[in-house]
Amino acid sequence: MEKLLEVENLTKTFTLGSVLSRVKITAVDNVSFYIKPAEIFALAGESGCGKTTTARIIMGFEHATSGAIIHSGKKEAKNEKVWFTEGIQAIFQDPFSTFNPLRQVERYFFETIENYKLAKTKQEAIARIDAKLRLVGLSYEDLAGKYPSEFSGGQLQRISIARALLTDPQLIIADEPVSMVDASLRMSIVNLFKKLRDELGVSVLYITHDLATAYYVCDRIAIMFRGDIVEMGTVEQVLMAPKHPYTQLLRASIPEADTTRRWKEEIRLADTEQDEYLRQGCRFAGRCPRVMDICRTTPPPDFEVEGAQVACHLYADAG
Amino acid sequence: MDNTILRTEALHAYYVLDVYGKQKILKAVNEVDLAIQEDEIYGIAGESGCGKTTLLKALAAAVEPPLRVMSGRVTYRIAGEEVDVATLTPEEKRKLRLEYIAYVPQGSMSVFNPVARIKDTYRDFIESHISAGSKTEAFDLAREHLTELGLPIKILDAYPHQLSGGMRQRVTIALATLLKPRIIIGDEPTTALDVVVQRGVVQLLKDVQRKLQNTIVLVTHDMGVHANIADRIGIMYAGKIVEEAPTDKIFGAPAHPYTQYLINSLPKFGDKTPRESVPGSPPSLANLPSGCPFHPRCPHAKDICKQEMPGFTQVEPKHRVACWLVGEGEHGKAA
Ligand SMILES: Nc1ncnc2c1ncn2[C@@H]1O[C@H](COP(=O)(O)OP(=O)(O)OP(=O)(O)O)[C@@H](O)[C@H]1O
Ligand SMILES: Nc1ncnc2c1ncn2[C@@H]1O[C@H](COP(=O)(O)OP(=O)(O)O)[C@@H](O)[C@H]1O
Ligand code: SF4
Ligand code: SF4
Ligand SMILES: [Mg+2]
Ligand SMILES: [Mg+2]
Repeated sequence: MEKLLEVENLTKTFTLGSVLSRVKITAVDNVSFYIKPAEIFALAGESGCGKTTTARIIMGFEHATSGAIIHSGKKEAKNEKVWFTEGIQAIFQDPFSTFNPLRQVERYFFETIENYKLAKTKQEAIARIDAKLRLVGLSYEDLAGKYPSEFSGGQLQRISIARALLTDPQLIIADEPVSMVDASLRMSIVNLFKKLRDELGVSVLYITHDLATAYYVCDRIAIMFRGDIVEMGTVEQVLMAPKHPYTQLLRASIPEADTTRRWKEEIRLADTEQDEYLRQGCRFAGRCPRVMDICRTTPPPDFEVEGAQVACHLYADAG
Repeated sequence: MDNTILRTEALHAYYVLDVYGKQKILKAVNEVDLAIQEDEIYGIAGESGCGKTTLLKALAAAVEPPLRVMSGRVTYRIAGEEVDVATLTPEEKRKLRLEYIAYVPQGSMSVFNPVARIKDTYRDFIESHISAGSKTEAFDLAREHLTELGLPIKILDAYPHQLSGGMRQRVTIALATLLKPRIIIGDEPTTALDVVVQRGVVQLLKDVQRKLQNTIVLVTHDMGVHANIADRIGIMYAGKIVEEAPTDKIFGAPAHPYTQYLINSLPKFGDKTPRESVPGSPPSLANLPSGCPFHPRCPHAKDICKQEMPGFTQVEPKHRVACWLVGEGEHGKAA
C-alpha cells in the first residue's frame, strides 16, 4: 500500500514548572499512523491530548524527542526543517489571527508565490491565484485590494485554504479549521476538503473536535487521549462501533441535533491535565467505568479488534 | 399568565464607527422583539457576525461605544415591576449585575487574574458584592457553591493556568452564578472546548438552571448543544430574529428558508449523503440588502422579498416566522 506520510513512534516531552517542582509531560507518546494519497485522515480527542503538537512536528515547527516522519518514503533528516514545503501546507484554527488586519489579503498570496517561485510574471501569478480561489468558490476579483476585516470568518477560512493550495500540495494539515465557524460554514469547508480529495487527489490531516463532520468526510480516524492513540480505524469502525471506553465516552458526548436524544446520565471530568499525563498504566483509568487492576499499573498495548486498533486491556483476549 | 422576565421592544443597536472621518453604521441589532420567560433556557443561533454577541450586550445592559442603542427598549422584570434598562444609573447597573443578571461574555476564560489563586478572585468578587461578608463567610459560601455544583474544592487553591480549559470555563460559570442571579447570559460558553468537556459545561448550566429555576439566554454555534439544552430558540439573520419556536419545532419543522438550510446542513452519524451549506455569503451589516435581508441567497425569493421586510407570522402558538412565503405577518409583534 502506498503511504504519503508516515509517523513512526513519535514522542515529544515538555518540561513544565519551576526549577524546584519540575514535571515532565509526554505530550505525544510513541504515536504511529500513516496517511494514504487522496485520503482524509482525522485526528480527534480532548483538548491538550497532543494533536497540535503532532501536527507541528510534522510541519517542522517543533522537533520530536524521538521517532520519525516519513514523507513519500523519505525520512526526515534529524533537526532539519524540511517538511513545511510545497508538499505539505497548513491551515489553522482561527481565521482572524491568520491574517494581519493591516495587510491586504492578496499580499499573502503573492508572498507564497515569490517564496516558492511559482510564477514568472505578475499576470502568471494572478492567473494562479485566481485558479486556486475559484476552487474555493471565490475569485481574484473578490479579493483584490481588500483587508481581512472585509471578509467573514468563513470566507477567510476558504481564503487560507486557497493560499495553501498555491503550491499544489499533496497534503493539507488543518488544525481545527472549523471550531470557530457556524454550522453552515463548517459544511462548506469540509465539502471543500472532499472536493480536493476527490478531484485533485489531495490528502488532508483533519484535526478536529467535531466528530460529526469527521464522520461525514473522513476515511480513517485516530482518537488520541493524553498523548496516546487509543483507537484507530475507519470512521465506520471507530465512530459507529467504538471499542475503547474513552472513544465510547467521546461518541456519547457528541450533542446530536435531535431533541429526542438529550443526554441523561452525568459524566466525570478530569480536574487537571497534568494528573492524567502523569498517571502510570492506562491514562484513562481514573475515569474509566470498566477499569481493572492491571489498568492502574500497566499501559495497555494495541490490540486488533474487528479490524480497528484499540489500546485497552479489555481486549487482551481479542488479539 | 405572562412570565416574561426579559423583554426587548423594537430594539435597534448599531455600531457607530468613524472610518477616516466618515461615519459608518453597522446595524448589528435591527428591530428585535423578544419576550424571554422565567424558568426557561432561550437559545440564539445564527451565522458568524450576524449580531448575536451584540444582542447579548444589549440584553445584559453592557452597551458601550461604539455600540449604541438607537431606539427601542430593553426591560427587566424585577420584583414584579418592569424596569427600563435605559433608566438605570451606573451604580444600579453594577448592583444588578451578578445579583440579578450574570453575563458570561464570549471568550471569557480570562476573567481570572493569572497570578492570583482562584480563591482570591472569589474573595474579591464576594467582597465587592456582599458588604458585611467576612473572609471566612466568603469562603464558606464559595465552598458550598462549588460543592453544590459538583466541582472539587481543591481548585480554590489552584492558579488559573493549572486548570484545564474546561475546568476554567466551569469555574467561570460557578463564579457568575454564586449570587444566584435570575438571568444568566452566556455567549459561546462551550465553543472551542472538546465534546466531553463541552458536555460537562452543558451539564453544569442545566444543573444551575434547575436549582435556581432562573432564565438562561445562550448563544452557541453548536446546534447539537441547542438541541440538548434550549427550551426555545431564536434564529438570527443579519441583525434580525427571523424565526422563533420551541426547540423541537426549530429542528423538526423549520419554516424560514435560512433555518431550513441551517438544520439541513447538519451532518448525522450513519448518514454520509452530501449536505449543502447556505449558498452565497452573509450580507454586510453596513450595507444591508433591501427588503428581506436573506433575499440574495434565498432560492424562494419573490419580487416583494426585495422590496419589503416581511413581518412575523404566527404559524402556531409560540412559533413565529418572518418570511413572505409563510404569510404577510403583523409587523413587529412579540410572541
Ligand atoms: N466593537 C465593535 N466595533 C465595531 N464593529 C463591531 C464591534 N463588535 C462587533 N462588531 C461588528 O458587528 C457585527 C456583529 O458582531 P457580533 O459580535 O454581534 O457577531 P456574532 O453574531 O456574535 O458573531 P460570532 O458568531 O462570530 O461571535 C460584525 O459585523 C462585527 O464585525
Ligand atoms: N511549548 C510547550 N511547552 C510546554 N507544554 C506544551 C507546549 N506545547 C504543548 N504543551 C502541552 O502538551 C500537551 C498537548 O498539547 P497540544 O498538542 O497543544 O494538544 P491539542 O492540540 O491536542 O489540544 C498539553 O498538555 C500542552 O499543555
Ligand atoms: S485499559 Fe483499563 S482503564 Fe484503560 S480504557 Fe481499557 S479498561 Fe479502561
Ligand atoms: S421573505 Fe422571501 S427572500 Fe426572505 S426568506 Fe422568505 S422567501 Fe426568502
Ligand atoms: Mg490544538
Ligand atoms: Mg459572538
